[in-house]
Amino acid sequence: MDQLAFGQNYCVDQNLRSSDCALEISGLSVTYGERPVLIDIGAQVPVGSMTAIIGPNGAGKSTLMKSSLGIVPRSAGEVRAFGEPLSRQMHRLAYVPQRASVDWDFPTRVIDVVLMGMYRELGMFGRVRPQHREKAMACLDRVGMADYAARQIGQLSGGQQQRVFLARALAQSADLYLLDEPLAGVDAATEKAIIGVLKSLQAEGRTVICVHHDLSTVPDYFDRVLFINVRKIAEGPLETAFTPENLQLTYGGRLATAHINRLRTAV
Amino acid sequence: MWDAFLKALLFQSGYNASLVAIGAALLGAAAGSCGTFLFLRKRALVSDALAHSTLPGICVAFIVMVLLGGTGRNLAGLLLGSAASAGLGVFVVHWLSTRTRLPEDAAIGAILSTFFGFGVVLLTVIQSMRSGYQAGLESFLLGSTAGMLFEDALLIAVGGALAVLFVLLFRRPLALTSFDPEFASTVGVRVGAMDLAMMLLAMGVVVIGLKIVGLVLIVALLVIPPVAARFWTDRVEFVMLLAGIFGGLSGYLGAAISASAPRMPTGPIIILVGAAIFVLSLVLSPRRGLVVELRRRRRAQARLLAGWPVDPQPDAASAPQACVRGHLDPSR
Repeated sequence: MDQLAFGQNYCVDQNLRSSDCALEISGLSVTYGERPVLIDIGAQVPVGSMTAIIGPNGAGKSTLMKSSLGIVPRSAGEVRAFGEPLSRQMHRLAYVPQRASVDWDFPTRVIDVVLMGMYRELGMFGRVRPQHREKAMACLDRVGMADYAARQIGQLSGGQQQRVFLARALAQSADLYLLDEPLAGVDAATEKAIIGVLKSLQAEGRTVICVHHDLSTVPDYFDRVLFINVRKIAEGPLETAFTPENLQLTYGGRLATAHINRLRTAV
Repeated sequence: MWDAFLKALLFQSGYNASLVAIGAALLGAAAGSCGTFLFLRKRALVSDALAHSTLPGICVAFIVMVLLGGTGRNLAGLLLGSAASAGLGVFVVHWLSTRTRLPEDAAIGAILSTFFGFGVVLLTVIQSMRSGYQAGLESFLLGSTAGMLFEDALLIAVGGALAVLFVLLFRRPLALTSFDPEFASTVGVRVGAMDLAMMLLAMGVVVIGLKIVGLVLIVALLVIPPVAARFWTDRVEFVMLLAGIFGGLSGYLGAAISASAPRMPTGPIIILVGAAIFVLSLVLSPRRGLVVELRRRRRAQARLLAGWPVDPQPDAASAPQACVRGHLDPSR
């Protein structure tokens, strides 16, 4: 029975046309040295969906995102966005790295970080004009950080830093947002603010993909899930793919059945 | 001595001293502004490996030129050799830290000392060559301004100006690469090219600085100015400008001091002036300085003892600055 459910989800997803996919990954493999980190990952993310990438530590969630974007080299596989090779659609993508990946003592102000999101617009040598600043301020306002525009970024709390990163992504005016653990280590108020912004992006027809680690909030925040643990375990809409079986397959025996059942009732 | 110092400052202690002062100031300005991005990208120590790796190249270039029948003292040839072995040194550090399990700092330590040791051995070999011209190669270790020529000053001026122009033009992608390289690559910055450019700039500064400061101390001229500048500003463009100014000032003042006292080594004096600027910044900076920090701590302690409510984060948690919104935005 498990096998059947699994197979069905898989088939439903394979039926998507390439042009309906904001992101389409096929046969993606990544190796670090001799160690395979990702093996033959395939996934289809429909336009306008909000997808959580879920898996245990070391499952390759961040690597999936980075290798899709070409930050980490792939040893095999193809990635397409909006029906075209990803390299030709990079201008429609916004990536939010993990907050801990940068040095927050870097000499820059909040508004300068948001302006980094407009690099394509500004070009290498273009002057920052008033309309650019206004757009950056509007993005900060959307995440509730407009009052902090002139602060040095090191003075911000973790949650505020995450919101500034989100504002930078908003400044990119992208159609597909890829966020690596945007809710890691932020307080409840910030979590609510960030999810509010992400849902508003979805309401505008944009596509959101998050690496997410908190299983209990998945049903509230997302409408699709992609389970991975080095290989792809399952993907699909919440109702069919967020199942105890798939959780068990992804996390192995490490997730207590009682816990899984609690999550199941939440769906 | 004071008179001599003032004279040197005003370019009145002779042709050579003036050349040295101008050359040192330009070198310092170039090193400070280029060093800013190395410092922010946390690559400052790589430039030390780079500098020490120049020595074998200088020696090999000398030997080759002598074997070809020359005097071995052609500056362009020596600098070409130094750049080649510096490039090799940095490449080996890069290879070791990315392809093996050796962490970068260990790779730097190993390569720096190996190349430098090999260079010193070659120096000894050269001394026994009896070509008659070997005197002076050691001056690349700590620099020597005694026989500085107009061409040397010109080389520093042109090289330094090109380096400063480059960082000024490319400051946006350079800053983005230093702050968040992964994000930078997704918005179209060629991160690999920027990293390579940073290394080539450092190599250029090291090579043109060999004559004045020498390969042992040149890293200080790349690192100290941006570190001192960081105390005064929170914006990367201003760190870059201020680092250029601090570097230029170190070179200029250092050259003047060494010109006004007999047998003072120019390179080390320049570095000491830079260090003095660093110490002043460390103590006096209005935001990050030791004095302010101490006063802040004292005040918080006094409040605590007096039973007043204590602000957990005196700066970050204070009332938001309303003025940044709208037309009063100071960032405009």
